[in-house]
Amino acid sequence: MSGQAFLDRLKKRFGDLITGANLEAIDPWIEVAPQAIAEVGRYLRDEPDLRFNLLNCITAVDYFEPDPKKAAKASFTPHLELVYHLWSIPNKSSLVLKAMLPRWQNDEPGQLPEIPSVTSVWSTADWHEREVYDLSGVRFIGHPILRRILCPEDWVGHPLRKDYEMPLEYQGIRGR
Amino acid sequence: MATHLDDPRVIEFDVRTDEMLVNMGPQHPSTHGVLRLVLRTDGEVVSECTPHIGYLHRCAEKIGENLTPRQFIPYTDRMDYLAGMNMNLGWAMTVEKLLKHQLSDKARHLRVIIVEMNRIASHLVGMGAYGLDLGTFSPFLYAFREREKILDLFELACGARLTYSYLTVGGATHDLPSGWLKQCAEFLDQLEPVIAECHTLLTTNAIFIKRTAGLGILTPEMAIDYGCTGPVLRGSGVDHDLRRDGEDRYTAMYDGYAFEVIVERDGHYPRDHDYPAVPREAVLGDCWHRFYVRMLEVMQAIDMVRQAIDRYSTAKGDYGIPVKLAEKLPKGEAYLETEAPRGQMGFYIVSDGTSIPWRVRARSSSFCNLSVTHELCRGCLIADVPAIVGSLDVVMGEIDR
Repeated sequence: MSGQAFLDRLKKRFGDLITGANLEAIDPWIEVAPQAIAEVGRYLRDEPDLRFNLLNCITAVDYFEPDPKKAAKASFTPHLELVYHLWSIPNKSSLVLKAMLPRWQNDEPGQLPEIPSVTSVWSTADWHEREVYDLSGVRFIGHPILRRILCPEDWVGHPLRKDYEMPLEYQGIRGR
Repeated sequence: MATHLDDPRVIEFDVRTDEMLVNMGPQHPSTHGVLRLVLRTDGEVVSECTPHIGYLHRCAEKIGENLTPRQFIPYTDRMDYLAGMNMNLGWAMTVEKLLKHQLSDKARHLRVIIVEMNRIASHLVGMGAYGLDLGTFSPFLYAFREREKILDLFELACGARLTYSYLTVGGATHDLPSGWLKQCAEFLDQLEPVIAECHTLLTTNAIFIKRTAGLGILTPEMAIDYGCTGPVLRGSGVDHDLRRDGEDRYTAMYDGYAFEVIVERDGHYPRDHDYPAVPREAVLGDCWHRFYVRMLEVMQAIDMVRQAIDRYSTAKGDYGIPVKLAEKLPKGEAYLETEAPRGQMGFYIVSDGTSIPWRVRARSSSFCNLSVTHELCRGCLIADVPAIVGSLDVVMGEIDR
């Protein structure tokens, strides 16, 4: 199925919840409204001719420039981007879904942005979402146990945020 | 009711067990690194097994956001430290995908030789260590003896024995030394009988079969659902190998090579006419099958290296000249998965147009393979936990990154 036909089909099924696409990119991607990510995922997994049954990975990209001089020239407005890489074993094809989130919920610093969890669609999302929560600071609604996975439970901050600063000290151990 | 001590029911009446939490690791030889398993046990039976990871976390992704792609190559070595070459290749090909870089034929065959040799070395460790988990020591020594010879060859090629940084963005750092191919071919000839020996020591060993067959059964549906890849997925009977099914950029590397995906088809494996057949007790998706897939993949890799040696010696072109150390990256993003010994290793790079990537992501195979442990260990015995975790062949450096 060509990229355009695929996009048209998703648009027909989900309407405004498909908010954009880039079919010219190296890995063509489709943008989905955050609240619809689990629904779209379930559709992509269960449709007999699509069968995207393998979730390769979930990545969060933080678009934020901490340096005010560089930020003035940056080509983006600050936001978080969630990238879902899917693979279909029967059809041997790949697909990239993206969801745009604000850096902070309601623009209140410290309030983590929220998105529905896809653990009910692909079980592998369980650990991937925990990792994204741990390192990039995104809250997944409906995740069975959303807690840190790589950092210690009492770690402060989310290391892959662009404005993250290494703590001076952790439990008596010098950090910087 | 009065009972006598010789009444067989006495034990049932008197000895009651309570649930207990048992920590296995993070410093335990059978956990293959710093992995902590929290077991909820009732006597010898494990009712729940929760893996805890992160003890080796170095935030490699964050490091990648502060270095140019070629400077990041040594850090990929330290992810899967038993298959450094495959990690180098995964990252190099992802960056090449972003740069739209084309390789010469000679460089392509060079990469196949190196990567498949590393696959043999990695599977040898996996096999030997798995034997060790089940209490057999000799195969471990034999496997490590053979692996040392591969490391000697790698040392000749690039000067390092564990962290190679040999395959880089744009090709390899330098050509293979003269006489290397001959030594490599000689090594392969003497490796084959050793593998046959390991089959008699492990694959057909009655105790080994008892300890692995029918244990930790992973159904194909569950394997896909949990994102398991590599020998773990193929051990469940799913016919999927990126060397054949992957993206064009990756499969082009294996273009023209004769090989068959090692997976069970109607009770038979490709090439198993030369090797012991599947025992009656084994169930598809159990520890025995995962082990067997790895053993057959060693034989397949030997075949592929032989083919690659022939092609490499006649191919034209250069060995692949690396790109400049701080070459500017085009704006955009690329994701590529390669078939590493433990499964699919995916790298993701986002670039904003400078020479340093904006975001680097490593999706490791062991991370997903390990996440299924709690399903496999439900209801098994404590002694079976090392057998199940060992059959997944995890490397903690890759899980924690």
